[in-house]
Amino acid sequence: MNMLQLDADVIERLNAKAQWVWEETLRIHRRSQETRVASSLSTIEIFVTLYYGGFMRFDPDNPIWEGRDRCIISKGHGSLCMYPILADLGYFPKQELERVCQAGSFLGGIPDPVIPGYETVNGSLGHGAGVGAAMALGLKCKGKDRMVYVVTGDGELHEGSNWEAFMFAAQHRLDKLVVLVDNNHISMLGPTDEIVSHRNLVRKFDAFGWSAREVVDGHSVVAIANALLDCQRDTSGKPKAIIVNTRKGNGVPGLENAPLSHVAAIKPDLIDQLLGERR
Amino acid sequence: MSAVATVQPRAMRDTLLLSLYEAMLLDRNIFLVTADFGSPVMDNIRADIPDRVINVGIAEQNLINVSAGLALEGFKVFAYAIAPFITMRCFEQIRVNLALLSELRPMNVNLIGVGAGYSYVVSGPTHQCYEDLTVMRALPNMRIYSPADQMMAAALPARCLASNGPKYLRLDAQVLPVLYADALPNFADGFHEHRKGKTVCLLATGYMVHTALKAADALAATGFSVGIIDLFDLCGFSEEQLQSVLCAYRGVVTMEEGFRGRGGMDAMMFDYIVRRGLDIRMLNIGVEGEYRFELGERHVLHEHVGIGVGSVTEKVRGFLKSLPV
Repeated sequence: MNMLQLDADVIERLNAKAQWVWEETLRIHRRSQETRVASSLSTIEIFVTLYYGGFMRFDPDNPIWEGRDRCIISKGHGSLCMYPILADLGYFPKQELERVCQAGSFLGGIPDPVIPGYETVNGSLGHGAGVGAAMALGLKCKGKDRMVYVVTGDGELHEGSNWEAFMFAAQHRLDKLVVLVDNNHISMLGPTDEIVSHRNLVRKFDAFGWSAREVVDGHSVVAIANALLDCQRDTSGKPKAIIVNTRKGNGVPGLENAPLSHVAAIKPDLIDQLLGERR
Repeated sequence: MSAVATVQPRAMRDTLLLSLYEAMLLDRNIFLVTADFGSPVMDNIRADIPDRVINVGIAEQNLINVSAGLALEGFKVFAYAIAPFITMRCFEQIRVNLALLSELRPMNVNLIGVGAGYSYVVSGPTHQCYEDLTVMRALPNMRIYSPADQMMAAALPARCLASNGPKYLRLDAQVLPVLYADALPNFADGFHEHRKGKTVCLLATGYMVHTALKAADALAATGFSVGIIDLFDLCGFSEEQLQSVLCAYRGVVTMEEGFRGRGGMDAMMFDYIVRRGLDIRMLNIGVEGEYRFELGERHVLHEHVGIGVGSVTEKVRGFLKSLPV
């Protein structure tokens, strides 16, 4: 695997990509106001680090290339930011970004595997961990040294099926499985701690037989990259969890960390203002 | 077709798992995933092929998701659990990761549900299964096989391995009489005509084929000759072939060990008859819609809910009399 060297150039490049993806995500949302933008702003640095940081092997010309690392985007609604990433990487033309949620487009409000680069159906929550764990098991049985990343949300972890999968992954010592929890602390109706608190997710994963670590600032590509590198160096044989503490609606005044931000839209004028664009 | 004494009666799950065991010995791409549910044959498979038998524990949601994940990696998967649990505890996983995802990604996942209808007699309504045909046939891309004997069950793994897509194999938990000792039915037809009759044909699936045979004998003793069809491929039967058989009758009686009037085989046949414009009257026999908690032998419980041999015989006799001359 092409290991990331965290020198200044790489960091600058990742930060520039993260900024560009943030802007593109807002532009998509400006055109398609029904998209769930707040959840997609918390995951940007996770996806940017995975896809631009050398942690993923992939082939945009052959999205289900056998030699790829798998990325299961379990919190599908929070991956609008993947559209510019996939377009930028060459999975589909960038012009398609203009047509998100429009009739005839394959880029919907919630992504499905009709989109090149998406592995699974992601609209319903709580599925990615189990499917991803089995893919890791399947790869292990085939003797394929490939990673399986699963990106999930903290609200999504209320689904009990996740915990069935976490026990399963630990039992089978699926050490190539890495679950990244976009821990933005807010579910649809408010803070997860006030709904059903996860309390300490690192300790929970640890108790379930995983090797877990926390990223305090989930909008730092360096911190995420270091956590991923830590997973690569981890020889415990356990599946890995990274609790990435993020801010829902990151960078948007009024939206960021707002308890009811989940389905809130950003007014076009505010987007223009944030992007410094005149229309 | 008559039973042959040389075939040792066995449970469907045992003959199916035996066939699967032989297939797994030859093909390293087959996985058997269980939700902590077994059988003596399963014990042998676990002992001989431990690396491809996965027990996810009592966790049917994960059973389906794990099966889907393995299938996405190119493995052929048989998932194994008690019928109501493998169909209804994890219905959303089946919908999303099998029915829906198989529309876009090729996968071969076969759900083996043991305990059709009342076959877990003493375990009560949690373990009995009267809704599975309804919920599973609601899913596009899902094929449903409902064998009536152990020979058909034994033939299913080869059939399932030969074609992609998600499938539900609805097995009886009891040891039933052998129907297909001499030769198997034609899978391409999806049904088998056991007897030709006059005026009315009994169209049954699973255990109810045996009930139909007994009811037909009782009706024959009083001068009524009815036909009998075993419908075992509920989503993939040949519509043309079935029509060519049904056109000899003025009435058809659907017989299922599931709730009547709630979207099961009766609704499927209603759709079929209307869609094809068949000039045939229909009577639906199924479990009258309520959950019951009595204990008793299966045939007695069946009479309580209107699907026993006596109930069927009376209903068919009345249906015959109601048909216009």
